[in-house]
Amino acid sequence: MNPITRLGRYVIKPVDEIGRMTLFLIYGLIHIFSWPIQFMKIIEQVFFIGMKSVFVILLTGAFTGMVLGLQGYYTLVKFGSEGLLGSAVALTLIREMGPVLTAIMVIGRAGSAMVAEIGIMRISEQIDALETMDIDPVRFLVSPRIAASLISFPILTAIFDVVGIIGGYFTGSLMLGINPGIYFARVESSVVFEDISGGFIKSIVFAIVVVTVCCFQGYMTHTRPDGFGSKGVSLSTTSAVVTSCVLVLITDYVLTSFLL
Amino acid sequence: MPEPVIQFEQVHKSFGATHVLKGVNLSIYKGEITTVIGKSGEGKSVLLKHIVGLLEPDSGSVLYEGRSIHSLARKERRSIKHKFSYMFQSTALFDSLTVFENIALPLRERTRFRDSEIQSRVNQRMTQLDLSETHDKYPSQLSGGMKKRVALARALITDPEIILFDEPTTGLDPIRKNAVHSMISNYQKQFGFTGVLVSHEIPDVFYISQRIVMLDEGVIVFEGRPDEIERSSNPDVIKFIRGMERKNEDLTNIAPQTIVEKRFQQEMTRLQNHNIEFSLILFTFENLDEINHHVGYIAGQTAMKNFVTLVRPYMGVTDSCSRCGLNRLVMILSNTDTNRARQFCERFSTEIQGKDLVRIQPYPEFCLAIRTGFAQATSNCNLDDLMHEAESSMNTFYEFKIC
Repeated sequence: MNPITRLGRYVIKPVDEIGRMTLFLIYGLIHIFSWPIQFMKIIEQVFFIGMKSVFVILLTGAFTGMVLGLQGYYTLVKFGSEGLLGSAVALTLIREMGPVLTAIMVIGRAGSAMVAEIGIMRISEQIDALETMDIDPVRFLVSPRIAASLISFPILTAIFDVVGIIGGYFTGSLMLGINPGIYFARVESSVVFEDISGGFIKSIVFAIVVVTVCCFQGYMTHTRPDGFGSKGVSLSTTSAVVTSCVLVLITDYVLTSFLL
Repeated sequence: MPEPVIQFEQVHKSFGATHVLKGVNLSIYKGEITTVIGKSGEGKSVLLKHIVGLLEPDSGSVLYEGRSIHSLARKERRSIKHKFSYMFQSTALFDSLTVFENIALPLRERTRFRDSEIQSRVNQRMTQLDLSETHDKYPSQLSGGMKKRVALARALITDPEIILFDEPTTGLDPIRKNAVHSMISNYQKQFGFTGVLVSHEIPDVFYISQRIVMLDEGVIVFEGRPDEIERSSNPDVIKFIRGMERKNEDLTNIAPQTIVEKRFQQEMTRLQNHNIEFSLILFTFENLDEINHHVGYIAGQTAMKNFVTLVRPYMGVTDSCSRCGLNRLVMILSNTDTNRARQFCERFSTEIQGKDLVRIQPYPEFCLAIRTGFAQATSNCNLDDLMHEAESSMNTFYEFKIC
């Protein structure tokens, strides 16, 4: 293969993949609203993606807020501005850390499970069985997950933000002695509606990125050239987790540059 | 002559460098069961997947009622898909759903039946397939045979027009294997669906199929009725059929029909050369369908198995017995004229009364009726003539009513 052909393939392959993934997402999004609406399946997925992630979000949110409280305090105290700790913790969490860390936590907990479940269904012919029964596999498997992610991600992000701010209060006020009234007054005065809406926009975009990458990788497990069967599922899972984490960070940068 | 509902025209299919189908021409007729036989890895499942649209041919076409399935508009393809049902070789059960949910899924997703209606239909199929105790179990908690039956129940639940069965009985025990064959045949008669069956169960599938197709080296080497394949002159077909036939049938542990045919020829030669007479007895399970319907398919097959166990001690060493179709047994008795055949039937009918053949508590007023006819061979008759004579009303019939 000559170098130009090879270069062409390297370029065309990801473009082709992104195109197919976009069509997959659009098809999945349309079928959220196709009648009859799959309420029960969406609720089941909200429970799986959202409810079952609450504990891990509480834990990571609390410790992230506590670390921010510690780091922020010792930085601000050098300038005698420790009273601004509330602002620093709240803005960092609401604008950046909340949506990003929530997305990464959900990728680890629910995204990998999505890839593995759909991938196993693919290799064990369960998706073919759906097709032979004239049950649209994307509508049946992917649309409820997209809808559930769009519902769950902003709620989980909100929980992360609130718990993180409380975590910052715990280290900043209870451990290091900042006046709680000042801490919460700074939180209230510095956070504006645009910060909150920006955070939610990010969480919605991350939801779409994560669910599309994870479901697509699982759905296309059988087309992987580098592994078949259970090996294919494991490679799809790894690939989906890495790709969606990287995409979350890249998308975060792009969105931040637009939102600021 | 029924009309072809599905046709393959010069279908080629390759996977990488492997050329699996090499110009397949095939017709599947409406209201018939067509069985595809052939060695493993010859592309039988690939053939089925072309019918249901899971695979597309590299060249050639698959026609449904004269129209190419793969070139139809999406809406038309969907309407055709509604008429199909597919039972996968690997069962393809949804492992996160219970048995009940697996069987109910096509009804829940494709119909607007109420929950009570879905429950009643699913429970009915589960009872027929002896699956009632697995209602809330998951596929991973079932044996291979049970999974097969769940997959079969799911394929039958929507009462489709065309059902594709990919090795529906592989891994089942003999009673359940015959129960599944019996059920496929009964449903086919009842609902008139078109069935395409991929199977290695020879000769069992010959009893339930109207047409047999053999796929070898990517092409169809035989297409015809089950009795025609037995007389095929193609050495590959004969070699395959003889190779697949077992010495004794799984269910009844008696010889397959071809052995009885050979025995008939030997006896006929003795009759013609040495005037040594022989007779044929035909046992017909009159109400096997009734047992299947009221007591279950497993019970019907158990009754037949137990009947053969009872009749075997009465046979001489030179006598032979085999199954002939789903509900008949044929027995050839050496050195036996009509009177001795009648005595055999009388003695046997007396002995068998009161025996518990089904080994389960049947429904009230239930009787298992086995009708028996016999005929003495003449020097110029063939096996079919003799069986017909045994069955005809010219002879005395014995009915073994076992209540």
